[in-house]
Amino acid sequence: MDIKAIDIILEKHEYAHANIIGILQEVQGIENYLSEETLRYIAGKTELSLTRIFDIVTFYKTFSLVPKGRHTIRVCAGTACHLGGAVQNLEQLNRVLQLKEGETTEDRMFSLETVNCLGACALAPVVAVDDEYHDAVNSGKIDKIISSYREEDKQ
Amino acid sequence: MIKNLSDLEKKREEILKKHTGRKTVLRTCISTGCKAQKSHKVVDALSGRIKESGLEDSIEIKKTGCHGFCEMGPIMVVEPENTFYSKVKPGDAEEIIASVSEKSGAIERLLWKNPVTKEATTLERELPLYKKQTKHITYKSGKIDPTEIDDYIELGGYSALGKALSDMKPADVVNAVIASGLRGRGGGGFSTGIKWGICAHAPGDIKYIIANGDEGDPGAFMDRSLMEGDPHSIIEGMIIGAYAIGARKGYIYVREEYPIAIEHLSLAIKQAEAYGLLGSDILGSGFDLSIQINKGAGAFVCGEETALLISIEGRSGTPSSRPPYPAIEGLWGKPTIINNVETLANVPLIISKGAEEYAASGTENSKGTKVFSLVGKVQNTGLVEIEMGTTLREIIFDIGGGIRKGRNFKAVQTGGPSGGCIPITKIDMPVDYDSLREAGAIMGSGGMIVMDETSCMVDVARYFINFLMFESCGKCVPCREGLKQMHQILENICKGSGEEQDIETLSGLAHCMSTASLCGLGSTAPNPVLSTIRHFRHEYESHIKDKKCSAGVCRNLFEYEIAPELCTGCSLCRVKCPEKAVSGEKKKPHLIDSSRCIKCGICFNACKFDAIVVK
Repeated sequence: MDIKAIDIILEKHEYAHANIIGILQEVQGIENYLSEETLRYIAGKTELSLTRIFDIVTFYKTFSLVPKGRHTIRVCAGTACHLGGAVQNLEQLNRVLQLKEGETTEDRMFSLETVNCLGACALAPVVAVDDEYHDAVNSGKIDKIISSYREEDKQ
Repeated sequence: MIKNLSDLEKKREEILKKHTGRKTVLRTCISTGCKAQKSHKVVDALSGRIKESGLEDSIEIKKTGCHGFCEMGPIMVVEPENTFYSKVKPGDAEEIIASVSEKSGAIERLLWKNPVTKEATTLERELPLYKKQTKHITYKSGKIDPTEIDDYIELGGYSALGKALSDMKPADVVNAVIASGLRGRGGGGFSTGIKWGICAHAPGDIKYIIANGDEGDPGAFMDRSLMEGDPHSIIEGMIIGAYAIGARKGYIYVREEYPIAIEHLSLAIKQAEAYGLLGSDILGSGFDLSIQINKGAGAFVCGEETALLISIEGRSGTPSSRPPYPAIEGLWGKPTIINNVETLANVPLIISKGAEEYAASGTENSKGTKVFSLVGKVQNTGLVEIEMGTTLREIIFDIGGGIRKGRNFKAVQTGGPSGGCIPITKIDMPVDYDSLREAGAIMGSGGMIVMDETSCMVDVARYFINFLMFESCGKCVPCREGLKQMHQILENICKGSGEEQDIETLSGLAHCMSTASLCGLGSTAPNPVLSTIRHFRHEYESHIKDKKCSAGVCRNLFEYEIAPELCTGCSLCRVKCPEKAVSGEKKKPHLIDSSRCIKCGICFNACKFDAIVVK
């Protein structure tokens, strides 16, 4: 837990209760997840009950309470992507990474998620790895995407 | 600092003077769609080439928002010639700069070609996707640099605000918006002006205005494009709205999944503040407004206005019952207006054109234009802005170019998870709020997803119910439990264990949910089921009685077979099959072992000869 970085965020938001979602979003940006220790620290500093904070982090999909991999793969499950084969793409990722949705590979390289819609529907089906979007994805393309990230990390 | 209307006019003249005798402009899209296709690398390559050639004084790159033809990205338009280039790669930079500087004409291979006739189109304005559109709201996106307020002012931006603040009383603004006939573009379709009037008359000194940019409908990206490509039009509409109702604080609630929209809106707010168009004493009128951005956190239900309010207050976004409506009791119990971002972008148009001219376009009860995201199995996919009353046929076949791969149109889905599927028999229906509702769908925020014979309508219903089941906040029983039961029944039907009374049970559940749910999410949730039962009952019946899915989607209800007369024995399917279910010798028809086949569809999509068929 990076107390210094968290304090800067809390200070910026003036410990305001109304800003708690924004605070949690920014704090999650530090380590890519929110640990129990972090949540307790924020609750103490903002004088909000831990229950309310726990309610928020379990209600909103963006928050993760478990550490994620270095790369987050998000399979877009929007309507256009669904019609274009999002389910097949997710299954191919299940096969290639031996991973289910919401899980992280043992080497902490990839986390696999689905997302409601990335708003890039004209490029369906879309798979995003971190901030990079891949368009018109099919099973063959998935193999290439995964190996390109594996190569990149080796270097 | 712009202190009054005449300062604003002076500023505009200054900008115009600076831009006269302009050089060649390369309008390059850096919005999400094109960026996904590496348009930023194209921009780097182009600017590098311009520098190397010492052409900085004669060629300018303008990084713009969405042009609408996202599938063809990265998109670039050379002005003043209006040459449209699609699928531009960084490697094309040298040739493009050379052709521009030597004036050697358009580069043939980068032009858009009709996928059926292979005919090329040179000019942007001649593209079929654009030709039949009426671009009022999306006009500036794709033309201006959204990170430059001067570009917006140059095209007349903020003059509507100037007019409202100097020539109109708040009540005049409300009346103009009522007279324009503008209805909410986010889904409900309620009269914007009447809503503003209610809020303006609500007692209390503290009021709020909120722009809803929490575009959650899967398959819709109009709001994203607007926020990315023309953020100032939303802010200008918001300031005018705040003036009309008497709000001094505004919020823009944007999905976290839209980082570029957040970046451009934040920048636009800062620039407007620096010019004195936001903050205190705007344009010397004595009117103050500050705007902040709140990021959504991945909850679809927060697009619902009462849930959105609770989310801004820093809690889990569960809806509350209405009345009281937010216009009377909203954020922190104060009168609050929540408008969709596209609705707000219409406001400057109404004020500058006048309500009467605005109301001259559209149909009797649906005025102006609407932006749709036309996606799915249609030839040309992208953003489409049409005048209300344009028919579905014109949108899908003239603008969209018809169905891909020569397949047949089956249905179009509008309105997201609250909407419905419209069949071929309604293809000549004019698109407006009322006719869509009559057909069992809704306008919604503007997603338009085209489906062909490979789309299974029971699966589509199951898809939306599954989506909503996960997004239901769980506060009220009809929505929480109803969706779960519906989902189970639809799963059973898709798996082949559907029973005869299922259709009736679904209809009963739907009735209960639409009457008794707390918010719009639950009460409209049955729409995808009801509309597919209404228009595609035979598909439900064949799933239940014959255990067949003719679209080849529901895996227990079809088999893949190889048509020996079409198979060339190329072995692609055999190589790609993850389960080794395909066998056969090279150059001889192959065979699928149905006991090993998991129906992943890899072979079906891989086959170049359409030899794999659904039985």
